[in-house]
Amino acid sequence: MSSFQSKSGKAFRLSVPQRQPLFSGRVWLLLIALTVIVAVGVPVCALLLPEGHPMHLSAYALTLIGKIMCFALAAIALDLVWGYCGILSLGHGLFFALGGYAMGMYLMRQIGRDGNYQSDLPDFMVFLDWKTLPWHWAFSDSFFATLLLIVLVPGLLAFVFGFFAFRSRIKGVYFSIITQAMTYAAMLLFFRNETGFGGNNGFTDFKRILGHPIATPSMRMTLFVLTGLALIGFFLLARWLVGSKFGRVLQAIRDAESRVMFTGYDPLRYKLSIWVISAVMCGIAGALYVPQVGIINPGEMSPAASIEIAIWAAVGGRGTLVGPIVGAFFVNGAKSWFTQAFPEFWLYFLGALFIAVTLFLPQGIVGLVRRLRASAAKAEVKA
Amino acid sequence: MTPELMEAGARVREAMARKQGDGTGQSGGRRASYGSVVQEGVLDTRHGAILYLDDITVSFDGFKALNALSLSISAGELRCIIGPNGAGKTTMMDVITGKTRPDAGKAHFGSTIDLLRLRENEIASIGIGRKFQKPTVFEQLTVFENLELALKADRGVRSSMFFRLNGEQLDRIGAMLSLIHLKDGAQRVAGLLSHGQKQWLEIGMLLMQDPKLLLLDEPVAGMTDEETERTAELFLSLEGSHSLVVVEHDMKFIGELTQNGRNGKKVTVLHEGSVLAEGLLSDVQANEKVVEVYLGR
Repeated sequence: MSSFQSKSGKAFRLSVPQRQPLFSGRVWLLLIALTVIVAVGVPVCALLLPEGHPMHLSAYALTLIGKIMCFALAAIALDLVWGYCGILSLGHGLFFALGGYAMGMYLMRQIGRDGNYQSDLPDFMVFLDWKTLPWHWAFSDSFFATLLLIVLVPGLLAFVFGFFAFRSRIKGVYFSIITQAMTYAAMLLFFRNETGFGGNNGFTDFKRILGHPIATPSMRMTLFVLTGLALIGFFLLARWLVGSKFGRVLQAIRDAESRVMFTGYDPLRYKLSIWVISAVMCGIAGALYVPQVGIINPGEMSPAASIEIAIWAAVGGRGTLVGPIVGAFFVNGAKSWFTQAFPEFWLYFLGALFIAVTLFLPQGIVGLVRRLRASAAKAEVKA
Repeated sequence: MTPELMEAGARVREAMARKQGDGTGQSGGRRASYGSVVQEGVLDTRHGAILYLDDITVSFDGFKALNALSLSISAGELRCIIGPNGAGKTTMMDVITGKTRPDAGKAHFGSTIDLLRLRENEIASIGIGRKFQKPTVFEQLTVFENLELALKADRGVRSSMFFRLNGEQLDRIGAMLSLIHLKDGAQRVAGLLSHGQKQWLEIGMLLMQDPKLLLLDEPVAGMTDEETERTAELFLSLEGSHSLVVVEHDMKFIGELTQNGRNGKKVTVLHEGSVLAEGLLSDVQANEKVVEVYLGR
């Protein structure tokens, strides 16, 4: 391409910074501080400080924050496909639930003979008068196999579904509708007792995990720390992904897919990659969620649950990675406060919130902060 | 003889020719009379043509957008295509780039590559670049990032994840930025560029792919006179190393490209999905049929 030298013939050097570092030093410090708080600060506050101490974290608060961190992880996963690649999935709750069910199966087997019927089989199977475990429970007593299933089941389903949808070039609202249909169909399937996942009651009454009792403060703390570390880890992974050329191709697909295609990229592969990565992240979030809240049922697959994930991402600010985390904490925090303080007004508030965000904050909370900061900077320049 | 035997024979011949030294001259020398091995995915322009459309027919609900269109572009040629609205210019580009599958006909890139078997991105990566009628750039990315994505490199997912620009590639982007007069706007978001600048950016993105054949659909629409002039200069400088097909309404621009027929460049007139006339601009303009359907008299 040397023939494209500028006319003046003067060599022109480009003053473009090579790829920017993942984060500035300050953000790294903040992240390290956050990691320390999650991994050291919270356990100390919850376990060592006496009850009644102002810094003491109650079991309720701990579970609530742990739960919201799982939601935040799911919201990041959705934002990777929606905010960065323009694919709005309204079925991510399915991947979340599948990860949760994979974990739930293991936890059900861990109950052992401590169930109501003192049987080797989970209670609901005894209730249905089943004599042996169905085939799809074959690996449920191995923790290692469970970890594999948590990754593989959402990943494989996403791969197959995504392959056919993206190959047929289903886009936009049509794609959203079929993801919604997918999760709804799965919910109906899981509602059936014959499917072997506990029907509409799902799984609950878990007793232990890896042989340790599940309802102790220290186990709760372990799960909390694991969830926090997973959230930080996946945040870093997502940051790396969107900062790479891969991430820019995704954004290019969002803005002008045909241009991407005529530039020689195969959008199918890119969409499928991020779609599967996102589904796996969601599955892991679900697997961390189930032992903390102690229940999983087909309600997690309801269309409303999936739409809620999209709301978290939208409220926080899609197309950013901090946004979904902020959104998940803001909406769920508000939800738990409202449902205690004014239980009958929660749904009105949620509706009003959504209208307000769509009307006034198209970029979500993160976008608002950015705007405020920009106007503050402008004011400073003027002064 | 079976095809396998023929291919084996051709391979032996080629090996022998290599051993005997290269006896090929302009005419292909001694080797021209022997068969040669078809190399998959490699552009073969030894027969002169880089693009060859034969009897292409495309119909949408009975309406024939292309009606037995045949067209051949030589390697290194700059060809202008004109025609009234609905003549099938854009549909022709869609067929070449794999966006539309024709009902009948053949489309070859060089003598060996069958375009009708390839998908859009595969066609782009074997060396056919396309500029859309409406400038299409990645609006949320910066000018620099737009060019970076278009830069010729491995298009796989994994290599994109671990991609890093090297110095040479950075220089190429720099050279392109000055060529398309966006040196100072490298870090601007592409969506904020003016219409003409977007056109230039898109042309720059095409050139970053280093294509052998460029299809340009109304490349100067919305450009100022000065920009149009510079675009004509740019295209003329590309001629020879690249083959170009320019679809345009702007007769002034066509006149500039062909220097009103003085540089011997051919113009093809499409009408109702097939070629109405082909030749020098002055001849075409004098052609009665063309005057009737297109120049509107």
